[in-house]
Amino acid sequence: MSAANASLRLLGSEMHLIVGRRRNQAGILVRAAVRGRGTGFIASATSNGIFVALSALTIELALFLPLAVAVLSGDAIAGEANTGTLRYLLTVPVQRTRLLVIKYISLVIGAFVGVLVVTVAGIIAGGIFFGLGPVTLLSGDEIPLVEALGRVALAVLYITACLAGLAAIGLFVSTLTEQPIAAMITVTIISTAMWILDGISQLDWIHPWLPVHYWPSFADLFRNPMFFDSMRQGFASLAWARVAQKDITS
Amino acid sequence: MTLAPAAVATSGLTKQFGSQMAVDGIDLDVPLGSVYGFLGPNGSGKTTTIRMLLGLVQASAGEIQVLGSDMPAHVSTVLPRVGSLVEGPAFHPYLSGRANLVRLDAADRFADPRTSRARTDAALERVGLMAAAGKKYRAYSLGMRQRLAIAAALLMPRELLVLDEPTNGLDPQGTREVRTLIASLASEGTTVLVSSHLLSEVEQVCSHLGVMRQGRLVAQGTLDDVRGGARPVAEVLTTDVERASSVLRDLGLADIAVTPTGVRATPSDIDPARIVAALVHAEVAVRGFSIQAPSLEDLFVSLTGEGFDVSG
Repeated sequence: MSAANASLRLLGSEMHLIVGRRRNQAGILVRAAVRGRGTGFIASATSNGIFVALSALTIELALFLPLAVAVLSGDAIAGEANTGTLRYLLTVPVQRTRLLVIKYISLVIGAFVGVLVVTVAGIIAGGIFFGLGPVTLLSGDEIPLVEALGRVALAVLYITACLAGLAAIGLFVSTLTEQPIAAMITVTIISTAMWILDGISQLDWIHPWLPVHYWPSFADLFRNPMFFDSMRQGFASLAWARVAQKDITS
Repeated sequence: MTLAPAAVATSGLTKQFGSQMAVDGIDLDVPLGSVYGFLGPNGSGKTTTIRMLLGLVQASAGEIQVLGSDMPAHVSTVLPRVGSLVEGPAFHPYLSGRANLVRLDAADRFADPRTSRARTDAALERVGLMAAAGKKYRAYSLGMRQRLAIAAALLMPRELLVLDEPTNGLDPQGTREVRTLIASLASEGTTVLVSSHLLSEVEQVCSHLGVMRQGRLVAQGTLDDVRGGARPVAEVLTTDVERASSVLRDLGLADIAVTPTGVRATPSDIDPARIVAALVHAEVAVRGFSIQAPSLEDLFVSLTGEGFDVSG
């Protein structure tokens, strides 16, 4: 069997593990149920169903989505170490780097699913309550619904990429402990602390160094023309997190 | 390192945790095709040694060869040929027994997914878990968990099985089944390294023994080699202890000791018939006389020390 197929099989097993767990299923439902009002999209939310999805994303980006990443990354390595299954994976053997890479990919897929669920649930709920139609952007222009949905898809990918940065931190934290709860709390604290620091204007010198600073930039996709500057910086901070992840394998 | 064909060979294998010598320069020699009983009290370094053999723990010093290759350098080619049970079973509690095996099978680069179902079923069948295969692992009893861990070691054909305390938590029936299983695997040519602190379960299936005490290997060899190190004991059942003792002393028996039922001594190569004749001649009231080969149990205790205290 080729190495790629073998890795796909292990990845499938990882996803099965994540999706099959009741707690994660419940988490998905909670995420889908949370509706809220977000800055920037508040005024628009009542005029078009699409903005319900976007305001839900804005709300969940601060706590619920990072929490989901924290929970999954806590399980990834610390959880396996805690149940003792890590030693059996390593004696199969699964090479350590390969295990980390596959765990990381499964975290990113998990984050993607979370973002997707929030978005789709938002669009459906918004569509029911406010209807769907041509979308008036934050900059005042109107674009057809299909194009708006395309921009929503871009936003989903961007937010997934942002969370992938947090997942890299999470995976690193997960290798430091055998207590999944400890890893979860640490990652949640890291993300929350970054949001708090990002909210203190006196500390604006530190803001460019905070990955979360760039997370809400997905809103720029809903302006004409689309802004990419701060999103590009967001990707740069993702790369920084990738480097942080590299240290684990050494 | 040139050695006779061995499934496991170590030289000067050492592991130090801080100031504690967990394993102190041991030279294991597990011949191919043998069933090697790895004995020692709790805390004597068996599990640490096994962890080093499997590349889970890095040795502080010494060399390891498993199935002819250096470890841990060749982990990825050696371990697929080795099935292992290390320090008790460990599985995902909310997956069924079968789902847990499928997950481990998915992690194995060499396992063919098309035969996964057949192989997991065969492994479950072999350890008698088929009826509980669909139950969640958290609902398993300790004995069932232990069986599942053995099944996991049998998912693929193995040249070497490393079983750390495989009968922990099993009832006598289960213990017997594991013994039978080990014997049948060995008869198929698999080398088995089985660790235990219970001598009786090892004695009946092993061809070779290694005995650990406080991080050192205090005895190693075939069952007879190790047993040969101990001498038989003559036991006289009598109430006439003093006269019996003096007769035995005159005959030249060593280690004379008074027991609640009589006298015990080491006859060396003195003919037992002569001992009995001398006792009768001295009018000692003998109610019984026997020469006992030392049980492996006694030998084990003499090698590893008695008592409940964990060796620090």
